Amino acid sequence: MSFKRNILDLRKRKKEAQQGGGEKAIEKQVAMGKKTARERIKAILDENSFHEYDLFVEHTGRDFDMEKKVLHGDGVIIGTGTMYNQPVAIYAQDFTVAGGSLGLMHARKITKIMDHALKMRVPLIGINDSGGARIQEGVNSLAGYGEIFYRNTNASGVIPQISVILGPCAGGAVYSPALTDFVFVVENISKMFITGPGVIKSVLGEEISMEELGGAMVHSEITGNAHFFAKSEDECFEQIKKLITFIPWNNAQKAHKFPIQEPIPGKSIEEIVPVDPHNPYDIRDIIKAVSDGSDFFEIMEYFARNIVIGFGRIEGNTVGFVANQPMYLAGVLDCDSSDKAARFIRYCDAFNIPIVTLEDMPGYLPGVDQEHAGVIRHGAKLLYAYSEATVPKVTVIIRKAYGGGYIAMNSRHLGADFVFAWPTAEIAVMGPEGAANIVFKKEIDEAENPAEMRQQKIQEYKDKFANPFVAASKGYIDEVIEPSETRARLIHSLEVSGSKVDPRPARKHGIPPF
Amino acid sequence: MEESNSKYQVFIVNSAKYLTLTTPKFDKRKKWQKLDPKEVRSFIPGSIIEVFAKPGQRLKAGEVILTLEAMKMYTKVTMPFDGVIKSIEVSKGNRIPKDTLLATIE
Repeated sequence: MSFKRNILDLRKRKKEAQQGGGEKAIEKQVAMGKKTARERIKAILDENSFHEYDLFVEHTGRDFDMEKKVLHGDGVIIGTGTMYNQPVAIYAQDFTVAGGSLGLMHARKITKIMDHALKMRVPLIGINDSGGARIQEGVNSLAGYGEIFYRNTNASGVIPQISVILGPCAGGAVYSPALTDFVFVVENISKMFITGPGVIKSVLGEEISMEELGGAMVHSEITGNAHFFAKSEDECFEQIKKLITFIPWNNAQKAHKFPIQEPIPGKSIEEIVPVDPHNPYDIRDIIKAVSDGSDFFEIMEYFARNIVIGFGRIEGNTVGFVANQPMYLAGVLDCDSSDKAARFIRYCDAFNIPIVTLEDMPGYLPGVDQEHAGVIRHGAKLLYAYSEATVPKVTVIIRKAYGGGYIAMNSRHLGADFVFAWPTAEIAVMGPEGAANIVFKKEIDEAENPAEMRQQKIQEYKDKFANPFVAASKGYIDEVIEPSETRARLIHSLEVSGSKVDPRPARKHGIPPF
Repeated sequence: MEESNSKYQVFIVNSAKYLTLTTPKFDKRKKWQKLDPKEVRSFIPGSIIEVFAKPGQRLKAGEVILTLEAMKMYTKVTMPFDGVIKSIEVSKGNRIPKDTLLATIE
C-alpha cells in the first residue's frame, strides 16, 4: 500500500528533522549543563500537549556555501500546547543547529507563532538560546529581529509575553526579551549583553567574563533586566509554571480564581512591625500575613530591594503587591525602585489585576548620584503609573508616609480607591527631624542649648503631625484601622471594587516619562 | 530589639537616622567628584591615533591636542581654552577606557 509508504516516509523525515543539530551537538549542549530545546518545551508544557509547526522549514541562505548546509527547522522550534489545560504558544531556539543563529526563516517561524499567539489571545513563551544574527544571511537577519520586536510591541499589554534566557542572547537579540513582560534567567547559563566581552577586550583591553558582564545575577541585581533568577533550568521552569497561575491569559480576562485560603498563622501582624519608625523589618512578612495561604510570589527579588513587588491572592483572586521595604535602604524611593514599581503597576493595570500598596518609606534617597541619574524622571514614572491605572487600587499606610513619597505611593490624590492607615502611620510633609530643623530653625539657632531645643521641637512636631489623624481629618485617608484588621479591609475593599469603572479621556496613548 | 539590630547600618534621610541594610549596587555607586577644567579626559573609550601637543607647548582654544579613534571615528581632542600643556598622559597606540586622563593644562 502506497499510503503506508508515505506514512513511513513522513515518520522518517520527522525523526531526522527532530534531531536538530545531531548527536554531537546535543552532547555539547548537555555538557554545558543545558537541556535541549525540545526538552525545555516539554518541561514547561502539560505532558504530551505540544504540537510543533514548521518542522520542515529550510533556511534561505545562498551565500558563503550556506546553500550546501542542512539546518533542521532552521534552528528554532515553534508550536502550541497547554499549561494547566489552557492553550499557550511557545518557541525555543535550538542552539544545536548553527548555534541557534537567527536567519530569515528562523525569524519567520518565530513571527508566525507570535502572530498566532496574538490572534488567539494566548500567552507567548519564548526560549532564547542563540549565538545571535546569522552573519551569512546579512541584512535578512536584521530584518528578522526587527519583525520580532514589532510583534513584541504590538502584543504588549494584550497577551502575556514571557522570555526565558537559557543560553547566550547577545546583540540585537536582547531587545525581544526586554520588550516582553517577564524575563527568566538561570545562573551560569543565561548571558545577555549588547556588546560581548570580545569587543570590550579589543576596544578597551579590559578583560571581563560573560558571567560578570551579563550573567544571570548581573541582570537580576544590577541592571534589572531580569525578573526571575534560578539556580537551575528545572527551578526556572517551576517559576514559570507558578507565575502563569497568577496572570490572566489575555487583557480581556481576569486571572483564574483559586479556592480561598486563610494566611498561615504565625507572628501576629503587630509583632512584625517595630513601633519605632527608625527600626527595620521585612515588609514581605506583612504581605504574607494578609495573603491567601501566606503565598507571596516575589518578582525582581534582587533588584532595587528597597521596594518589593509581586503577586499574591486575596480571597482567591490575584492581586499585585507594591510595598516599600524598610529592611533595605530604609525603604527609600530612588531611580531603580521607582522604575521597578512603575513597570509592575502598568503590568497589573494592563491585565486587570488589582494593586495593593503597602507604604512605609521615609522619602527619596538623597545624593548627587541619584539627582544626576535622573531621579526626577524615574520617580515621575511611579506617579504616572499609579495615576494611569484604572484597576482597583488600595493603599495601607503602615508607618512613614513623608513628602513626595507619600503622594507617589498610590495616595488618594493619585486616584487610590481606598486608603487605610494603621494608628502608627505618620503622614506628613517630612519626618519630624527634618521638619523641626526648618520650621523651628530660629528657635533652635537662638536657644542656649540648640541640641536640647531641637529634640524638644522634634517631639513637638511628632506629637502634632506624626500620626494618621491630620490626614484623616481632611479625608485623605478613609479609615484608621487596627493592624489586625488589615486583611479584612483588603478583602472588603477589593470586593467593593469588583466592577470598578474609571474612564480616562480618549487619546492614542499617554507619554510616560520613560 | 537592639541586639538583633547589630547587622544593620545607620542610614540618614532628611536628618532622621534609620537602621537598614544596603545593597551591593548601592555600595558600589560612584562618588561624585567635581570636574577639574584643567584636566582633559576621554568622553568615550577608544585608541590614541596621534599625539600632537607636547608638554610646555602653548596652545590656543580649539587647537588639536591629540586624535582619538572611537567607534570607527577619528575625533580630534582640542584645547578647551588658551593655555600651556602641563603634561600628556597617553601616547600613540594606547587603548583607553572612558574618563581616562589624557592631558593636563597649566
